[in-house]
Amino acid sequence: MSGSPSPDALVVGAGIVGAACAWELARAGVRVSVLEAGLPGGGATAAGMGHVVVLDDNEPEFRLAKLSHELWSALAPELPAGAEFTRPGTLWVAADGEELDAAARRAAAYDSRGVAAELLDARQLAEAEPELRDGLAGGLLVRDDAVVYPPCVVPWLLDGARRAGAQVDAGRRVAAIEGRAVRCADGGRREAAWVVLATGAWAPELVPGLPVRRRKGHLVVTDRYPGFVRHQLVELGYLKSAHGTGSESVAFNVQPRPSGQLLVGSSRQLGVDDDAIDHRLLSRMLRRALEYLPGLARRHALRAWTGFRAATPDGQPLIGPWPGHDGLLLATGHEGLGITTAFGTAWLVADMVLGRPSPLPREPYLPARLAGSAP
Amino acid sequence: MSAIATVDCDVLVVGAGPAGLAAAGAAARAGAGVVVLDDNAGPGGQIWRGAGAGVAAPDARAAAPWLDALEHPRVQPLAGARLFAQPAPGLALAETPAGPLAVRHVRAVLCPGARELFLPFPGWTLPGVAGAGGLSALVKSGTPVAGQRVVVAGSGPLLFAVARELKRHGARVLLIAEQAPRGRVARFAAGLWRWPAKLADALAHRAALAGVPYRTGSWPVEALGGEALAAVRVSDGRRVREIPCDRLACGFGLVPNAEPARLFGCAIAAGGAVATGARQETSVPGVFAAGEAAGIAGLEAALAEGAIAGLAAAGAGEIPAGPRRARERARAFGAAIARAFALRDDLRALARPETVVCRCEDVTRGALADQPGWRAAKLHTRCGMGPCQGRVCGPAAEFLFGWGAESVRPPAFPVRLESLAAAGEVPPGGTEGP
Amino acid sequence: MSARVTLSVDGRAVAVAAGASVAAAIEAAGVAVFRHSVTGTARAPLCGMGICQECRVTIDGEPHRLACQTACAEGMRVETAAAGGSRGVGR
Repeated sequence: MSGSPSPDALVVGAGIVGAACAWELARAGVRVSVLEAGLPGGGATAAGMGHVVVLDDNEPEFRLAKLSHELWSALAPELPAGAEFTRPGTLWVAADGEELDAAARRAAAYDSRGVAAELLDARQLAEAEPELRDGLAGGLLVRDDAVVYPPCVVPWLLDGARRAGAQVDAGRRVAAIEGRAVRCADGGRREAAWVVLATGAWAPELVPGLPVRRRKGHLVVTDRYPGFVRHQLVELGYLKSAHGTGSESVAFNVQPRPSGQLLVGSSRQLGVDDDAIDHRLLSRMLRRALEYLPGLARRHALRAWTGFRAATPDGQPLIGPWPGHDGLLLATGHEGLGITTAFGTAWLVADMVLGRPSPLPREPYLPARLAGSAP
Repeated sequence: MSAIATVDCDVLVVGAGPAGLAAAGAAARAGAGVVVLDDNAGPGGQIWRGAGAGVAAPDARAAAPWLDALEHPRVQPLAGARLFAQPAPGLALAETPAGPLAVRHVRAVLCPGARELFLPFPGWTLPGVAGAGGLSALVKSGTPVAGQRVVVAGSGPLLFAVARELKRHGARVLLIAEQAPRGRVARFAAGLWRWPAKLADALAHRAALAGVPYRTGSWPVEALGGEALAAVRVSDGRRVREIPCDRLACGFGLVPNAEPARLFGCAIAAGGAVATGARQETSVPGVFAAGEAAGIAGLEAALAEGAIAGLAAAGAGEIPAGPRRARERARAFGAAIARAFALRDDLRALARPETVVCRCEDVTRGALADQPGWRAAKLHTRCGMGPCQGRVCGPAAEFLFGWGAESVRPPAFPVRLESLAAAGEVPPGGTEGP
Repeated sequence: MSARVTLSVDGRAVAVAAGASVAAAIEAAGVAVFRHSVTGTARAPLCGMGICQECRVTIDGEPHRLACQTACAEGMRVETAAAGGSRGVGR
């Protein structure tokens, strides 16, 4: 490390969030060094669905998702082909009249805030997705929601950061954060004005006491069945399960990939550190998907895997300083929205490093709100 | 939720090739109730494929006494059954033509055999280019080759058996191209007296293949054709000959099918075979492995290891000296083959930047050249992410780039979603754990 | 071994020996290209033993079935690349 000046920011973790932070900071003129223990984009970034979705369950979530969606959209033309950025839209499926009423309220709310959304009745839903089972009530189509392949976005972001002067160290594990410095597992030590911690569900390993827990998820990918479904399909009950406090839940969530393959999810499980496939939960998850898409039963599953979302007690991410740790900025706790909100997060982090104002209120994401709460 | 079909047994045998048949027979005779799973339509594995179907195969007589194991009253054979998950110790899930099936067992003997090593070269994806064992298997299952011109290429004694099988079905075998140099092959042949059965095989092959040229130090460098094979270019390192043909049967040796053992959590030895001990036990209590998956050593080793594993899995105390001695002899033969038919470095240079390495996802060598390892290649190029789950491109990439494989997760083979969904719905077992 | 099974390959009737694989029936019908790869190149069986997945065809409406490991059955309907059975949805 001798000779070169200390970087202004050390980004620890090169998943989609860390890579976006490094990219944003480097392009803003900050001297950035990125430290990644494994393969960049090889953690939760590679395990998730890559759904860029403007969720509207609450105001802070909506604001960050909408800003990030706009940033994704602006970047889309520049992304490499491997990023597979497409806009199938999200079709929220209503199973009954009660869910359709909720969909109607959400359609109006989206519409009033400039998000293209339309309500489908049962017949329109069947026309939009003929493989869905009969007897569903309708749906809510959010047209501009996108799908991306994040493992190919991360190297592109890191390349962009490098071109703006950043240094990227893949395969270098950070063992400890010591004030405005990190100590690496290989013994090296690096200092910086800011340490940006973006190690997702593993953040508490470097900052004990952080209120971040691992929420395990399962996914399955099928062989190629082009046209089987056309939109990202999610049951409207998803928000209940996604934000539920129960230790375990499943929800119907199927995504058509540009390859013609289908990603089938989803499950949520708290308090499990083992990354093995849990067949009991996987069965529940698949049964749920088969309830909505009976024709999936004879389609072939190629692979199943698991990943860990970084969950916080209130469902909002941790973006900003952590009390008692000068120079530390957190960029974690994104739960299932890390891909969607990576760029909004990076923008906020850059604003904090550079002392700029932000385009949206930071308070809902500031980690201080959870200081003192048990992880 | 409907409970899935379930069978209970003392010993689950995975694979009905020679090792699996020997294991099933030994275990049943020792008193165990046995279930044998095999993903093929009939038993026999690759070497005895079709031998049980009444086809007049030359191997039928050799296979018959071993196939008898499946007639034992304590043995339940299940054909077309593909192992894909092990949700818990003592519980295996298979997909069968009738739907998913749970096999609750006390012990397991894994005998999934080996597959061929395929190395990419320009044109290797053309219809008409198949594995050496691959074309042999296809022909044994009825694929017509009569009157067709075939070049057999690659490495190992398997090439002779394949050429002979093709000739028996009426093919015109134009050439057997062996990549190993003449000197090594000659030394191997000169040492065959130590394995009389192998020497007899070799002499029989030679008689049956009279008039078929066998060239050592020769290997295919390119397959030519539009939508199908028209010719193959064969090099001897100095010059390249172009041979018009209808088919190329090409395999560069064998790769242990270690995936079922990985699924069961067994340790893998250097070289990719399942690590086993004196009783064919793996690192997982109650799980045994035998045959090519436990080390490439041929038919006799598979039969001996299968018998030992079957006895051990049935709880027999002593392992008789006969199979133990047969195993040692056969393994020495396997080691001699590995030395004689080691692959030449020239084969690493066959694939051009535009040559496909991963056939499922059409990932080229050029796309892989910059990748730091197998996982990065998977994530960034989709190499190995297709339905073969890296079984073809994984060993090729290991040969080309030195990358190692990853762990195996269920489903170990592509299966219907309804099968995978059933995996978590097995009723509690009545059997003891291993 | 005189028993024969009749099935259809891309709409044409083919008779094969009982016990023959679908892969054998496809070649007996004179079809060389089983499927097209993800970039559109012609493919046919490689491994012959259920490993490589190159022999995938649509059998009785179900796509991505392995021709090499499926035994022919009377009345079976097989579709290869020529019938759009390689990348098709199989509905």
